[in-house]
Amino acid sequence: MNGFLAILLKELAHIRRDRGTILFAFVIPAVQLSIFGYAIDVTIENIPLVVFDLDGRQESRRLVEAFVNTRTFKVVERVTDSESLHRALNAGRAKAGLIVPADYSNRLLRGEQAQVQMLIDGSDSQIATTALNAANLLTINMSLGRAKIVAEQAQRAVSRDPAGRPVLPIEARPRLLYNPDLESSHFFVPGLIGIILQLVLLFLTSFSIVRERERGTLEQLFVTPVGRGGLLFGKLVPYACMAFGELCIVLTLMVAVFGVNINGSLLLLFSLSGIFIVTVLGLGLLISTIATTQLGALQMAFMVMLPSVLLSGFMFPRSEMPTIIYWVTFAIPATYYIEILRGVILRGADLVDLFPHFIGLCCCCAVILTLSLARFRKQLD
Amino acid sequence: MTDAVIQTHGLTRRFGKITAVSDVSFEVSRGAIFGLLGPNGSGKSTIIRMLCGVLRPTQGTGVVLGIDVSKNPEQVKRRIGYVSQKFSLYADLTVTENLDFYARIYGLSAIQLRERRGVVVALTGLEPYMDRLAGQLSGGWKQRLALACAMIHDPEVLFLDEPTAGIDPVARRELWDLLFELAGRGVTMLVTTHYMDEAERCTHVGYIYLAKLIALGRPEALKANADVTPANTQRYEIRCTNPAASLALARHIPEVRDATMFGDTLHVLLDTSLDPRELVRRIAPNDPKADVRPVEASLEDVFVLMSRAQARKLEQVRVT
Repeated sequence: MNGFLAILLKELAHIRRDRGTILFAFVIPAVQLSIFGYAIDVTIENIPLVVFDLDGRQESRRLVEAFVNTRTFKVVERVTDSESLHRALNAGRAKAGLIVPADYSNRLLRGEQAQVQMLIDGSDSQIATTALNAANLLTINMSLGRAKIVAEQAQRAVSRDPAGRPVLPIEARPRLLYNPDLESSHFFVPGLIGIILQLVLLFLTSFSIVRERERGTLEQLFVTPVGRGGLLFGKLVPYACMAFGELCIVLTLMVAVFGVNINGSLLLLFSLSGIFIVTVLGLGLLISTIATTQLGALQMAFMVMLPSVLLSGFMFPRSEMPTIIYWVTFAIPATYYIEILRGVILRGADLVDLFPHFIGLCCCCAVILTLSLARFRKQLD
Repeated sequence: MTDAVIQTHGLTRRFGKITAVSDVSFEVSRGAIFGLLGPNGSGKSTIIRMLCGVLRPTQGTGVVLGIDVSKNPEQVKRRIGYVSQKFSLYADLTVTENLDFYARIYGLSAIQLRERRGVVVALTGLEPYMDRLAGQLSGGWKQRLALACAMIHDPEVLFLDEPTAGIDPVARRELWDLLFELAGRGVTMLVTTHYMDEAERCTHVGYIYLAKLIALGRPEALKANADVTPANTQRYEIRCTNPAASLALARHIPEVRDATMFGDTLHVLLDTSLDPRELVRRIAPNDPKADVRPVEASLEDVFVLMSRAQARKLEQVRVT
């Protein structure tokens, strides 16, 4: 620990002089969280719909209204020929097309099956699936509504409620826990905190060491009796402190701006965040032992960031990934940390609930620290 | 030499298949200024890095202040100072902050720090620049600051890797005056350079060529070496109006062993069988200003000769 204080004081002087570091550590994360927190929204609404209504009478108008009322669809165009309908889909102005045949009302009145055609742009599978499900559900509900009326008139129903009205024989009563309004920001913002924390910390630490290597000041330090521990701790402790400050800022933003409350223990959240911060410091150190230039460090930091964003479960559910990739996700520290963040913040989970993730994060931390400390030597070769 | 402060024995360093330093042995006694010369990439910096304990020798030993650098690098580091080739202080810290930082690194107490800072600032004359950012100093002052930082813990040995590269002649001379002052105070120095005039100022010099130490000794002893000025030859300096034309002529005269331009004069190594005045008549005909006088060999002559001899030796080895 020889020279710890000297390095620490020097590092603080660097940070004080360099506005970029302060900006990168505190302002950028806040801005990023605000922007991405709003931008990432996975609830699909207002799918643009083009309508080709050959019938045009009350029943068909009611059908189109029902589509709009789901809020899943938004009518962007009404056309009078099938050519225009296909044009709207080809041009991408509409993602779904509804064709109501001329005999729609007649058939319903005659008690025959009326058919409407749905054309869905399948290129974005998420939008297409949503449109498909919404259309199916809508027509089933409308059909059931008509069936109920018939059942009432026929004095015969499959099942009735206590008041004697015909009802569906089976009813599911779902209750949404933790995020009853299905706000996607509630799910994404806690994960985003993990990603932003890793991004900022990884770049700051790897750069701060590689910069010294590049400028030759690290060689100058190697010639002094400064201890390896003193050198490393002196360099990393200021960044760990900055990371905690940053965490406080983004958590406050999460509560104040996005209305996501922290349901679990704050102490637990900060303790586990501490392990994650140490892990990322280790990663930054590891990068700085491999890269010799700041450009090299930048490239390597990106190589680490990409899987953390795409495979950690931050964007896509890990359970949907192919088996091999699924196993890979266990090697990513952000995987555990994002689970921990979501658990503590959304579900109020305690250490017992999070134990597997806690162990996983600790393992990542131990491996990365061992590797980076073994590689970092006070030698030039 | 029992008071040797730096001793190397068969010091060798390889990087993969490349041998950067090959079997280098020398000794430097207390208070000496040992100049290590050689072209770029000849291995000078590598030798310094090994002696500073930041690069492990592949073979051989380096002993500084009686401590084996490959066995106890950390012990050596406390007692040496190092000024590296390129400016490697913190450009965004002030002169004071840089000095204080190194003082703390070496574990100086607050009182020691103030005292030592006073000493090195007085020595280097940095006083007017104390609050300036190191990055804003001129080249010469940057080197003075580097020297001040390297001296803050009062080291007994100072390693300087091309300390005068890229600074102006005035600053260069002033820096050397500083080094002499330090030597007077008993600090032992190992300096690399490729300025010949700097080499002449060293108490001892070593010349590295293709990773090998091919010349070693006091400058005057090297110049007096029989190989440099062989028997029956003499070095002359010839002053004439058109030295370039004269040089071309001189190279065709069999008695001229070697001829080079030296400023606006010619330096020739001439067999005693030819009268120098006769030579002048031949290479500078009808030149009333032409003049000749005997001179001593310069260190440059020594190194040129030895490099050629070494290259020939390597060529022979390759042939056989």
